[in-house]
Amino acid sequence: MIAEAVPLLNVTWYVLIMILLAGYVVLDGFDLGVGSLHLFARGDRNRRLMLNTIGPVWDGNEVWLVTAGGALFAMFPEMYATAFSGFYLAFMLLLFALIFRAVAIEFRSKRESGAWRGTWDFLFFLSSVLGALLVGVALGNLAWGVPLTRVDGKLEMLGSLGDLLHPYPLLVGVTGVALFMMHGAMFVVVKTEGDLQEQARDWARNATIFFALCYVITTMATLLWVDRMTAVFRENPYLMAIPLLNLMAIANVPRTLYHKKDLEGFLSSAAAIVLLMALFAVGTYPYLIYSPVDPATNSLTVINAASSKLTLWIGFIIAMIGMPLVISYTFSVYWVFRGKVRLESTSY
Amino acid sequence: MDDAALSVLLSRIQFAVTISFHYIFPPLNIGLGLLLVAMEGFWIKTGKPVYKQMARFWALVFGLMFALGVASGLVMEFQFGTNWSNYSRFVGDVFGSALAAEGIFAFFLESGFLGLVLFGWDRVRPKVHYFATIMVALGAHFSAIWIVVANSWQQTPAGYRLVEHDGVTRAEVTDFWQVVFNPSSLDRISHVFSAAWLAGAFLVLSVCAYYLLRNRHVEFAKEGMKIALVVAAGASLLQLATGHKSGVTVAKYQPVKLAAFEAHFEADAPAGLWLFGIPNIEDRRVDYGIQIPGMLSFLVDGATSTKIPGLLAFDPSEWPPVQAVFQTYHAMVGIGMTLIALSWGGVLLWWRGTLFNHRWLLWVFVFAVLGPVLANHLGWFSAELGRQPWVVWGLLKTADAGSPAVPAQSVWISLIGFILIYALLFALFIYLLNEKIQHGPGEPAAAEQEQKAGISKEGHRA
Repeated sequence: MIAEAVPLLNVTWYVLIMILLAGYVVLDGFDLGVGSLHLFARGDRNRRLMLNTIGPVWDGNEVWLVTAGGALFAMFPEMYATAFSGFYLAFMLLLFALIFRAVAIEFRSKRESGAWRGTWDFLFFLSSVLGALLVGVALGNLAWGVPLTRVDGKLEMLGSLGDLLHPYPLLVGVTGVALFMMHGAMFVVVKTEGDLQEQARDWARNATIFFALCYVITTMATLLWVDRMTAVFRENPYLMAIPLLNLMAIANVPRTLYHKKDLEGFLSSAAAIVLLMALFAVGTYPYLIYSPVDPATNSLTVINAASSKLTLWIGFIIAMIGMPLVISYTFSVYWVFRGKVRLESTSY
Repeated sequence: MDDAALSVLLSRIQFAVTISFHYIFPPLNIGLGLLLVAMEGFWIKTGKPVYKQMARFWALVFGLMFALGVASGLVMEFQFGTNWSNYSRFVGDVFGSALAAEGIFAFFLESGFLGLVLFGWDRVRPKVHYFATIMVALGAHFSAIWIVVANSWQQTPAGYRLVEHDGVTRAEVTDFWQVVFNPSSLDRISHVFSAAWLAGAFLVLSVCAYYLLRNRHVEFAKEGMKIALVVAAGASLLQLATGHKSGVTVAKYQPVKLAAFEAHFEADAPAGLWLFGIPNIEDRRVDYGIQIPGMLSFLVDGATSTKIPGLLAFDPSEWPPVQAVFQTYHAMVGIGMTLIALSWGGVLLWWRGTLFNHRWLLWVFVFAVLGPVLANHLGWFSAELGRQPWVVWGLLKTADAGSPAVPAQSVWISLIGFILIYALLFALFIYLLNEKIQHGPGEPAAAEQEQKAGISKEGHRA
């Protein structure tokens, strides 16, 4: 733990960036989930319907990641520089995955040819699974901690890609894929009707089981080996409300499937994702990157990684003006495109 | 070359490759955004189906380029951290705010409303749709503002101080508005905007001219050409004016860059303007060139006798790569002048009523879209190469800005990956753009009917 008191502005920015990240995993989470389930949909019409459930919104959802990245660059430049250069090849893979996903959505339905569509269907699936996995692996590494070394005064991550792929982060990565599949399946249930919707209910049921299994194993592993993440909950029992609410949200998904309360089910899985991010945020605070080697001097925290007070202020004002706008037009787009997806002349 | 230097060199090449690919799309879309606002505005005002046909067709092209712009843009944002971590640590406090503002004000606006523009024709009333189109165009413009502000700060830093933070020196903001309105911001933003309008206008001109040559969608093509010509004529002149203002700012704040633009070697003498030439750096002269004597002095200061500090007034270690800067700069200017002639030539023929009668001219317009796209790239190359050896003018050298944690081997892998992926994407983009053009806009009557059906469906639903 860091001895000095943490200024309120730094805490605020930690929370804001976590909100942006939570916004990303909730919104793009179902895009990645729909992509991960894409190949399970049979027939061209159903696959087009899958693609068009996320058609009008996926690029707006990706903007949450762009903005989270920008905010990290501005407010915690040391974290941005160390993590992005340290996870170099992992980030490049994520970029390639997101590029292929964007392009697959855009190009898939442009030609009738079965080979053309099959290829893009596969790339859409592969890039979505890879994207989901990498987001989880990154969070898993940050939870586990990454050794940092001082080079010319700067804290650098000198490990290789292999060091980042050890069992715990991979486990979190697989859990992420399962979670997004559940979330994506619930989204398809909400947005479609008929046989595709029935199929999506099955996916949602299976994905929920898959996720629940992963979740139990990840929780056990965290309790056993990542003491740092759990300490804060032992010291402040009231924080146990977060994991408890989280369990309730997850358990509510199969219940709503049974009662066909589709929207409630989707909102439950969204709540589960937000609460998981909260769990992560509370567990790692005040560290942005925890270094198991010399943690006291070599970790990046919300204090030593932050920008100047003035920049944090300017950013805060920008965020206070910008966030209500963002939320209002995110909401209006979802409102206009509410209801079941239809294939139209302008569809993908 | 040691591994760190190789890593920086490869990262520079990777940045050049990825930004060059990315920069194809945003300028075309900024220009197209403006034209969409005009086209849909005419439709709202006159109710003529041809304007709606235009707006629908060009919105689809906008959507295709937007998807590629987002995918390749995310790469740009990540690359500051992945390949230029020392740079990010140094500028984050200053540069990051602009980037965050771009995300929160511009990208959300653009992407949020683009879904409505593309898929919402039958879901919202025409005026609401028009509002969405305006927001998309505004978003496209805003994003250019913030990124050019950030880049201008690298050219002419202002509103900051150097501070020791955790053992490392970095720039911290002292005055946000001085950062935003640093000495070169406004000139460069206006120059980029007019360049983008020109690019969008010439894209429309190109496709319309092609339809006229093929005798297809004639009304659509003629009306489109008229709107685009007006924009092109205005933007081409604005381009000249803003380019001139940018040049004067460079003369004041980055004299060695100006000297490289014109390969002006003498330390302290009046300088001419080369129309073309090949700088001979060894012998400090320009070969095979034609020069207007005293013209650079005149442009900078209004008098042909004004002395301009040349390259020799600076240590050669401070020189940018003169040959590359000179050639990219002159190619940009040459293309810009040609585009003025082409735009105003078109306006003149339109005024005389013979614009659509000259097949050779229509063919010129078909290929002229390459002009602004190329000039935009060449302009950025000269601006960025002209800033070398600095990444932040006078404060941080490019050589010191890389990522110590990233070995050259990793950059090789990603660089090759980007080259392959972007080559594939570029081929696909051209292929699909061609498909869209060959398929053409829907017939105006059909578009109307479709819309009426859409409204009754909505009515039924309600």
